[in-house]
Amino acid sequence: MVHLILFLAFGAVCVAGAINLILQTHPIQSALSLIVVMASLAAEYLLLGAEFVAAVQVIVYAGAIMVLFVFVIMLLNAGTEEVTQGSKIAKVLGLPALLLLGVLMVWAVTHHATTSVAAGSLYGDPKTIGRLLFNQYLLPFEVTSILILIAIMGAVVLAGRPEMSNPQANAARKDA
Amino acid sequence: MVPLSYYLVLSAFLFACGVAGFLLKRNIITIFMSIELMLNGVNLSFVAFAAQWGKLSGQIFVFFVMVVAAAEAAVGLAIIIAVYRTRETLNVDRVNLLKL
Repeated sequence: MVHLILFLAFGAVCVAGAINLILQTHPIQSALSLIVVMASLAAEYLLLGAEFVAAVQVIVYAGAIMVLFVFVIMLLNAGTEEVTQGSKIAKVLGLPALLLLGVLMVWAVTHHATTSVAAGSLYGDPKTIGRLLFNQYLLPFEVTSILILIAIMGAVVLAGRPEMSNPQANAARKDA
Repeated sequence: MVPLSYYLVLSAFLFACGVAGFLLKRNIITIFMSIELMLNGVNLSFVAFAAQWGKLSGQIFVFFVMVVAAAEAAVGLAIIIAVYRTRETLNVDRVNLLKL
């Protein structure tokens, strides 16, 4: 019962944050709503017994990734969103898609609500996760390190100063 | 005891909010945040199914999704900075030409 109450409380915070992300016009407010969503999702993971995932969610998602977002928003001095003509396809298809999704969700809740997840039934502590990660999933884990390396190099190349990656502009500046 | 479908409904709602934000927002950074919201929604269903079937592989997959999201955020934000340098706007409607 306590599990259900906690799920509903954090779920409500999650839903409110997600809606607020769409409604806000300033990107920094959207970013803060996204942090609220991620923090309450970490609480949901704890309810499911995923301790390691909850900790990583707070540290990596709400910490590292969102700091990067806020940093870029500050760096580019992003102001309030300009209102322009929205996509016509989104207007035409949006409402039927929303209704379809709502019907599917109601159907899922009413017809398949028999199986329940007990609080902390699966204990995902760092030790167990680490053993699994370095035995069964060693190759994917090593591949992600290459992915991270490529991402770092890509970020440095893309966000580097233009004169470093653009020889023509460099030459033009020397001529001037 | 919380039914599995409750978690899946919350996950679907977060994903739908992400899709809606992706389609409705005009600021490129907010669009990017909507993608992160979609990834978070998928992560929740991964963890819920992991608890349902008693297999930790779902949580490992969440770990990999987070790694990919971090890499995507780093490269994507670098692209946003590069776009802002050349166009001096963050509005996606104004970024409609491949060549300046």
